[in-house]
Amino acid sequence: MPGKLKVKIVAGRHLPVMDRASDLTDAFVEVKFGNTTFKTDVYLKSLNPQWNSEWFKFEVDDEDLQDEPLQITVLDHDTYSANDAIGKVYIDIDPLLYSEAATVISGWFPIYDTIHGIRGEINVVVKVDLFNDLNRFRQSSCGVKFFCTTSIPKCYRAVIIHGFVEELVVNEDPEYQWIDRIRTPRASNEARQRLISLMSGELQRKIGLKVLEMRGNAVVGYLQCFDLEGESGLVVRAIGTACTLDKLSSPAAFLPACNSPSKEMKEIPFNEDPNPNTHSSGPSTPLKNQTYSFSPSKSYSRQSSSSDTDLSLTPKTAPYPQGPRIYLCPSSPSLSCGSLHLKKSCLLLSESSLTPHHSSLVSPVLRKSVSFSEELFLAASGMGSGSAGKEGGPFKALLRQQTQSALEQREFPFFTLTAFPPGFLVHVGGVVSARSVKLLDRIHNPDEPETRDAWWAEIRQEIKSHAKALGCHAVVGYSESTSICEEVCILSASGTAAVLNPRFLQDGTVEGCLEQRLEENLPTRCGFCHIPYDELNMPFPAHLTYCYNCRKQKVPDVLFTTIDLPTDATVIGKGCLIQARLCRLKKKAQAEANATAISNLLPFMEYEVHTQLMNKLKLKGMNALFGLRIQITVGENMLMGLASATGVYLAALPTPGGIQIAGKTPNDGSYEQHISHMQKKINDTIAKNKELYEINPPEISEEIIGSPIPEPRQRSRLLRSQSESSDEVTELDLSHGKKDAFVLEIDDTDAMEDVHSLLTDVPPPSGFYSCNTEIMPGINNWTSEIQMFTSVRVIRLSSLNLTNQALNKNFNDLCENLLKSLYFKLRSMIPCCLCHVNFTVSLPEDELIQVTVTAVAITFDKNQALQTTKTPVEKSLQRASTDNEELLQFPLELCSDSFPSHPFPPAKEHLESASSNSGIPAAQRATSVDYSSFADRCSSWIELIKLKAQTIRRGSIKTTVTVEKASPVGDGNFRNRSAPPCANSTVGVVKMTPLSFIPGAKITKYLGIINMFFIRETTSLREEGGVSGFLHAFIAEVFAMVRAHVAALGGNAVVSYIMKQCVFMENPNKNQAQCLINVSGDAVVFVRESDLEVVSSQQPTTNCQSSCTESEVTT
Amino acid sequence: MTSELDIFVGNTTLIDEDVYRLWLDGYSVTDAVALRVRSGILEQTGATAAVLQSDTMDHYRTFHMLERLLHAPPKLLHQLIFQIPPSRQALLIERYYAFDEAFVREVLGKKLSKGTKKDLDDISTKTGITLKSCRRQFDNFKRVFKVVEEMRGSLVDNIQQHFLLSDRLARDYAAIVFFANNRFETGKKKLQYLSFGDFAFCAELMIQNWTLGAVDSQMDDMDMDLDKEFLQDLKELKVLVADKDLLDLHKSLVCTALRGKLGVFSEMEANFKNLSRGLVNVAAKLTHNKDVRDLFVDLVEKFVEPCRSDHWPLSDVRFFLNQYSVSVHSLDGFRHQALWDRYMGTLRGCLLRLYHD
Repeated sequence: MPGKLKVKIVAGRHLPVMDRASDLTDAFVEVKFGNTTFKTDVYLKSLNPQWNSEWFKFEVDDEDLQDEPLQITVLDHDTYSANDAIGKVYIDIDPLLYSEAATVISGWFPIYDTIHGIRGEINVVVKVDLFNDLNRFRQSSCGVKFFCTTSIPKCYRAVIIHGFVEELVVNEDPEYQWIDRIRTPRASNEARQRLISLMSGELQRKIGLKVLEMRGNAVVGYLQCFDLEGESGLVVRAIGTACTLDKLSSPAAFLPACNSPSKEMKEIPFNEDPNPNTHSSGPSTPLKNQTYSFSPSKSYSRQSSSSDTDLSLTPKTAPYPQGPRIYLCPSSPSLSCGSLHLKKSCLLLSESSLTPHHSSLVSPVLRKSVSFSEELFLAASGMGSGSAGKEGGPFKALLRQQTQSALEQREFPFFTLTAFPPGFLVHVGGVVSARSVKLLDRIHNPDEPETRDAWWAEIRQEIKSHAKALGCHAVVGYSESTSICEEVCILSASGTAAVLNPRFLQDGTVEGCLEQRLEENLPTRCGFCHIPYDELNMPFPAHLTYCYNCRKQKVPDVLFTTIDLPTDATVIGKGCLIQARLCRLKKKAQAEANATAISNLLPFMEYEVHTQLMNKLKLKGMNALFGLRIQITVGENMLMGLASATGVYLAALPTPGGIQIAGKTPNDGSYEQHISHMQKKINDTIAKNKELYEINPPEISEEIIGSPIPEPRQRSRLLRSQSESSDEVTELDLSHGKKDAFVLEIDDTDAMEDVHSLLTDVPPPSGFYSCNTEIMPGINNWTSEIQMFTSVRVIRLSSLNLTNQALNKNFNDLCENLLKSLYFKLRSMIPCCLCHVNFTVSLPEDELIQVTVTAVAITFDKNQALQTTKTPVEKSLQRASTDNEELLQFPLELCSDSFPSHPFPPAKEHLESASSNSGIPAAQRATSVDYSSFADRCSSWIELIKLKAQTIRRGSIKTTVTVEKASPVGDGNFRNRSAPPCANSTVGVVKMTPLSFIPGAKITKYLGIINMFFIRETTSLREEGGVSGFLHAFIAEVFAMVRAHVAALGGNAVVSYIMKQCVFMENPNKNQAQCLINVSGDAVVFVRESDLEVVSSQQPTTNCQSSCTESEVTT
Repeated sequence: MTSELDIFVGNTTLIDEDVYRLWLDGYSVTDAVALRVRSGILEQTGATAAVLQSDTMDHYRTFHMLERLLHAPPKLLHQLIFQIPPSRQALLIERYYAFDEAFVREVLGKKLSKGTKKDLDDISTKTGITLKSCRRQFDNFKRVFKVVEEMRGSLVDNIQQHFLLSDRLARDYAAIVFFANNRFETGKKKLQYLSFGDFAFCAELMIQNWTLGAVDSQMDDMDMDLDKEFLQDLKELKVLVADKDLLDLHKSLVCTALRGKLGVFSEMEANFKNLSRGLVNVAAKLTHNKDVRDLFVDLVEKFVEPCRSDHWPLSDVRFFLNQYSVSVHSLDGFRHQALWDRYMGTLRGCLLRLYHD
């Protein structure tokens, strides 16, 4: 039932001159919600009208409240002709629908017009009165909180992490409707903006319903995307992780949720729910009805339609072997691609998934069906193998059982989170990914309105089976994306296979007994690297060693993941951004031929991207990648691949071997010389990088580690031929007998190019670091200055000599130059780190490549940068907003048993001591011994922990205090606090960052999700400064509108900000251009740490867990 | 491979002061890049010329977008599009409204009209300041003039309020506006030795003492126009030189007081009547607009030059002028003491400032 929406239009300012004669404007405002419209009086002859209207009241269903945006249109009154629109403001009122967020939206909003951009501002006040609604069969999901942040938000505690939620909504794109021919582009763009706003609201509501059904109260890691499929329509889809969150430090916040279903949920004890994972098919639910009612005619009706994966493909509670439910071999041209081998993977996949035995899925099958990545990144196999870690045996069995039972009932045990509460992540397998090429016109089939759902279900199923094959029962850091060119669409999904701690996945009943065990067995800081799987039965070739940290479990030689670096991981040195870039030409083709061509190319691309990543990782002297994101973009005549990740040196993993270059024609003297020259260069680079990133792992003798594990040596070579390296290094130590180098064979010019391109990557200038994860490994002393930015570049390729090499070089230069530019521009911030560097590539036209980068530069204090040893503990404390108690226990324990004292042997480098006995391009081994002895640090840890414990206690009180203080009544309240005092300025500072935190500050409140979509067009491109001028102005306007909305909600920052889409099209001949931008993030209130100190109180507290320790650490 | 589009947008707008200066100085992107290269920035940062080019373009684009707002500085403070820290906003405004001494000397006292704008080409050639920069400065003058033209109250305050300039700069603008409004001739060869500072000093004194606002700040008219009544009244001073007795008495009073104190006493004594006649006649002529315009020319011709040719030191000029003004109070037959003080007080200050090489 209903709610009452109240809107008041206060004033306008800086309006444009609409009447040339008087140089003034006669402005009035239309306020529209749903089908109801109100108007203000006309305020004559002013550019700063004061309407001061009455409260316009809309009585509406809460379903509408969720779906519909509030539309405010400012017009110029004209007695004789039609009134001219000045511009519009769309306000998403969702943040007002849950009690903990904003209570009022009030502030100056930029008035936006698709042609003219921002034209003045309007001051609006919006309130919502919601009435209690206990109707179980309602369609709305008011009260479910949404977060873009991909970790548990700072001031909440995760009670249960339920799992994956997804939904998509399809509609026709107004741009492609027949009516478009008679209306102006402006009208159709406005229609588009309105429609997408509506669709996102609807999508969010539907996701919310699913969450409620799962008994959750929030969605974390909410990622919503648009697919502009052109003529075939507009798809808005979203994924997220349903959670039950508990607000820290303000228990009262839960109770007054008069409207919110979360209250209702509270009343039902969790353990009464027989099946916590019913999201796939609740027995009841309006959801179903609704879906059915929509089903028949949908995707083409003007009305939005939704479809549910559950209904289309998958059995509800899928038991392990999939039984009769098989992969639909995708109807002809759509090939799912994930395989290195050029067979159609769908066949292989069905093969593997039909295999009833899950434990013994071994190499032959797997190697074909699993996407390339898993071959290299070892999986932690949670099931099947009995011979896991000896000590962990019984526990693991238990763990496995519980987790399995928790997860197996789920259709998709996926989590969009990238950072987790301590103890959640038990083991990490490798990256799993799946891609599929589809032809878009298939959507026209009215009998199969759920095509899109089916497509995604298929991909997800593939991901799931990949993970299963890796012995993992869950996928974390999961994300989905598309790339569309004409009628061809590549769907991609990727994530990290993992074994999770079931404690968070289920209701509280098991918690007690399990927790104990957890503490005994699990939590070493290297735990997530361990691969508790049967090494005799490895699914793919890999080289195992005993963990360099605890020496009890086995670890792979390299680890690739899509998640953030776990806060408790021990890292040596600093991290760095690693990118692989690749272009492949493709013949222009139509429809099915095109799709086939693309799917044939994909495996090669994936392979090469991966090889590049591996090479570059070696070159940096590192052994693990985090935040890996591989983007494959399709264009008319080429495919682009761009992989970004943050390389680190994990102390638990072995030292990586070097890179060995081998020539093919050893007789040629000059060639030899050239090769050795190259080899030297590479070795120098590695040495330099080690110094640059401060990678100096201490070495220990081999005996401690134990002998290397025998490994199955039936590796096949993949694409390149390999040769034995003849020049073995003399100083090769027996104990390093297994330390293999990575062999690059130069057998043709291509390979030569590759090696060259390896060396062309210039490290950032001194004082700069970069990473694409949230936290830069090895830097923890952030100062408060941040600068978020977006940079866009488009280059035109000369069409004459398009070869793969030329393309690669162009693309490489483009990215490198872009980075160089960033470093130059931000030089005043040195020392600083570019965090969350997010590259997006698109191919808007034949010969155009567009690269968009969004990142944040954060300054840090160089003087304190040396205390890296403290980092792990500090960080885990930082993030440990959930279980401080537990956390306090395990590091202590860890100190006592897992770190026998060892003297620090001087660090030594054995880079050149590399030989290869069976170099495999894709998987290399390095058994060099290193061991970080932490004995001497233990005591300091303990001290530190004690110290922290106190800080934490103090912190909790501060939180309560500031929450009260910061509760937004109007705008300006805390803006004053955050903004530097400036007598004249009325504009508060709003920070924006792609990270989930603000350095030096504490987030005290989440105000709701910001999800905005804008279109801007121009018919006077030259006059507006050309394409650069046009886009520059537009992006600045988008930032401004985001900031204004946040400020109106009472916030002073946006965290987890992301620009999900930036589609730019130009037609210079017609002097026209158009751009679509979609951004999202979480509006928050933060308080500077320094302000907090003032409020700090001495009173001890029992409420230890209630702190957001984040901000406490640097003090 | 050509770059079609290349932009960088920060949540906080990046302002590079050096590039801003180059932009204000009217250099093209190419010239600015060349100048930056010459400054050695490439060596310092290890950047390439391409990076510099892209960076410069970006900044120029930003400045171009900001320029519209800089035309009305309060807008810059209230706009939402560019998030700029207040200190930076102040810097942007201050620099934008700063002007070149060489330029302002060329246009000071000229009508800020299209006609003058056409002469900017010549000014640019003459001063070596780029035409673009000349235009900006000229447009700034004109814009400020337009805004405060019809306003009541203190000129400086009005300028400060509407353009958010620093006190110093606001005073300079007040002088420029005042000169433009009264069209004082400053371009004659004789006046070339005077700096803008000299004129600005005089303008301030005149605004304080000779305008309507000086008498009554509540008046409709304000600081920009000279007090017409006052100028009319100045005719009355003529008696000081027209009445022979009065002139002689005046001379003897001054001579008595200064005897022995002045290095150039004999020259002063010889020239007294000429000087006095000059100063009083200047006052008497101010009823005509034409003569108002020539005020500075007259002052230099009638007073500064004769003294300078006799090599009066500045201290002697000061002694003389003080005594010259004060002695009038002892003239019993002279009834316009207040008028004389209003006139001479300002004039004395101006003359002292104008008296240099």
